[in-house]
Amino acid sequence: MSAPRPPLRLAVALDAPPGSGAPVPYDAQHFVALARRAERGALDFVTLGDSFARPGLDAPAVLARVAPATDHIGLVPTVTTTHTEPFHVSTAVATLDWVSRGRAGWAVAVSTTEADAALFGRRAAAPPAEVWREAGEVADVVARLWDSWEDDAEIRDRAGGRFIDRDKLHHVDFTGSSFAVRGPSIVPRPPQGRPVTLVDVPPAAGPAGVPGAGETTDVSDRAVREVAAAHADVALVRADDPQTAGAARAELRARARALGRDPDLLLVLASLPVELAGPADAAGLAELLGDWHAAGAADGFHLRPADPARDLALLVDGTVPALRDRGLRPPGRPGGTLRDHLGLPRPASRYAPAREGS
Amino acid sequence: MMSPTSPTPPPRKQIHLAAHFPGVNNTTVWADPGSGSHIAFSSFAHLARTAERGLFDFFFLAEGLRLREHKGRIHDLDVVGRPESLTVLSALAAVTERLGLAATVSATFNEPYELARRLASLDHLSGGRAAWNVVTTSDAFTGENFRRGGYLDRADRYTRAAEFVATARELWDSWTADGQPRPFAHRGEHFAVHGEFTVPRSPQGHPVVIQAGDSPEGREFAASAADVIFTRHSGAEAGRAFYADVKGRLARYGRRPGDLKIMPGVTFVLGDTAAEAQEHAAEIRRRQVSPQHALLALEQVWGVDLSAYDPDGPLPDIDPDPHGELAQGRVRIADPKAVADKWRALSRAKGLSIRETVIETTGRQSFIGTAQDVAAQMDAFVQTDAADGFILVPHLTPGGLDPFVDRVVPLLQERGVFRTEYSGATLRSHLGLPEPARTGGKGGRP
Repeated sequence: MSAPRPPLRLAVALDAPPGSGAPVPYDAQHFVALARRAERGALDFVTLGDSFARPGLDAPAVLARVAPATDHIGLVPTVTTTHTEPFHVSTAVATLDWVSRGRAGWAVAVSTTEADAALFGRRAAAPPAEVWREAGEVADVVARLWDSWEDDAEIRDRAGGRFIDRDKLHHVDFTGSSFAVRGPSIVPRPPQGRPVTLVDVPPAAGPAGVPGAGETTDVSDRAVREVAAAHADVALVRADDPQTAGAARAELRARARALGRDPDLLLVLASLPVELAGPADAAGLAELLGDWHAAGAADGFHLRPADPARDLALLVDGTVPALRDRGLRPPGRPGGTLRDHLGLPRPASRYAPAREGS
Repeated sequence: MMSPTSPTPPPRKQIHLAAHFPGVNNTTVWADPGSGSHIAFSSFAHLARTAERGLFDFFFLAEGLRLREHKGRIHDLDVVGRPESLTVLSALAAVTERLGLAATVSATFNEPYELARRLASLDHLSGGRAAWNVVTTSDAFTGENFRRGGYLDRADRYTRAAEFVATARELWDSWTADGQPRPFAHRGEHFAVHGEFTVPRSPQGHPVVIQAGDSPEGREFAASAADVIFTRHSGAEAGRAFYADVKGRLARYGRRPGDLKIMPGVTFVLGDTAAEAQEHAAEIRRRQVSPQHALLALEQVWGVDLSAYDPDGPLPDIDPDPHGELAQGRVRIADPKAVADKWRALSRAKGLSIRETVIETTGRQSFIGTAQDVAAQMDAFVQTDAADGFILVPHLTPGGLDPFVDRVVPLLQERGVFRTEYSGATLRSHLGLPEPARTGGKGGRP
């Protein structure tokens, strides 16, 4: 008997694609309504893009506002690592995990333009490969800060008068190429241990040897893939066909394995633009997703609707039931964390074993 | 009501109230059986909803950027750890409707563009309820967690903070009234930034700015730039002197006395009788100053290891080490020898142990009594211009504010000195602050 096919993970972007001409929303209710709709379809998570270069609210703040208005859906904002403080990134995402009771993730992003650099005025713009290497260091230290409190550090020892067992808090003493962080975090370990880290791998990613759009792009794309292989729980790959997606997935898994990671702990989702005209389109999409999934192209899908309000309704009412009929999506959502939805285990703090050994 | 025969009494000053989430110092009693989680969102939601039930102006969160250390180890006697303020407040915007939401955020370890954007986002997401408590951070110890690192001396800290606030306001003003972004450019001593802001002007125009700190630099900064000053609570006389001093500085900046609200941080203990309240207050003080706390408080003054001393015994005969560096991440005590002499004198005069001395000399509650007493004391404090209101610091999470809202707020309302409903939707409207004028976009604040 063959092993049961793992479920098809399903996520959706709440933001309209750049250049779509849709008005930029600034009111909380717009985002709450979309997230609730995604939750009604028992999707695993929603993403919300962000950038310092175009109009829009701070994405982690928007999804923190959404958190108490939803119960199950995972919440994954984009967070920029280039001009920001790694310590603040870590505490903001950890706090999103606390306010959502374990439903947070973050999508690692960088700033490469002079225009972005001028908004901060702290340093000049750097090439993509360089800022992605730094983003990898940020992802590393952010996860270390999440681990810097062991899960049972709060003891409330009334007799001894001690609130924490300070042997279970750890300096991280991280030194990167452009910053250093002493630690420990100010925020106790979040409910998921480590909120889910997502990396959006650019479309040029493909098997080695495939000519890219030029050497610079190749170098920077390689840097993104290295960050995904080393630090991501979820990688998004943009591909037009299942063969390309499958090759990108195989390559990322191989890199993760080469770095000593269990490749099954790196989920690769194909990120697809969708534009649905009606219920038949929604059912057709379910068929396409099912076929890609069966072909081993991806562990699931991240859908980027042309019109989030319209397309999300069709996804929830048409695509999701069709996927359930094929046994690819669970019938409901019993609750739990984003890691639970994705089938990813809750990691132990890396600092816990060191204490036992000492 | 107006009457033709009797003159209208002058309207009584209205009290402004805010609630401070219990902090990471020993004001907060975590060992009480009623003490709940200091990190779960439900605790923040309970306190915020209680404050909103009590029609408070705003809910206040402090900031942590480095865990405190004592004798080279992480301080473990008080609550340790807290969430990141702006993220919690964005979530609280979902479970409250009118309550102002104030985040403490350092002007030292942030940059204007990013923070102005986060604050404007909170103001949009909450429908005009955002506030920013501007603080500066003094020590290289905290800097070890940040790219910026390093150390700014006191004067530079305030000039950076002032320029930070001015720059943030330029960004908040940068969109046109009809919703188009305009380029901004700021070049100053601390910041040189230009570009376009990604967020339209928010419901309050500018989120409310709070300044915490009583130093002359802090007072001047507040007079020039803040809407609220969060000050230390002292007696009525000292409060009136502070109030007159700060309000007196406003005219220099073209501001009126009502444009800056003075709100000391205060604690309270209620009882059915005055005696019961006093007894309860003493019991809380004993919980706040455990034997371990008593020795720690002593070590912070003496600057040397005193762990061999008995907290129930007499104070040390040795003098403090003026160069002692036991505590990191705390405000330094200016004259340790003077404090030690005062404590020893008190201990001798009253026959107090180390622990009893610390209980006697530190952190006595601001208002103790029946609900009637406390309402009367607070009202008198405000009517005599020792304050415009209070930031209440409960000693218990999450239920510590409930007795005040249930018992004192109705009495303040009966006295006609506290609102019986919210009249506006924004924090500015609760505080009676003017709509901020829009500046030219490229220039500084006039």
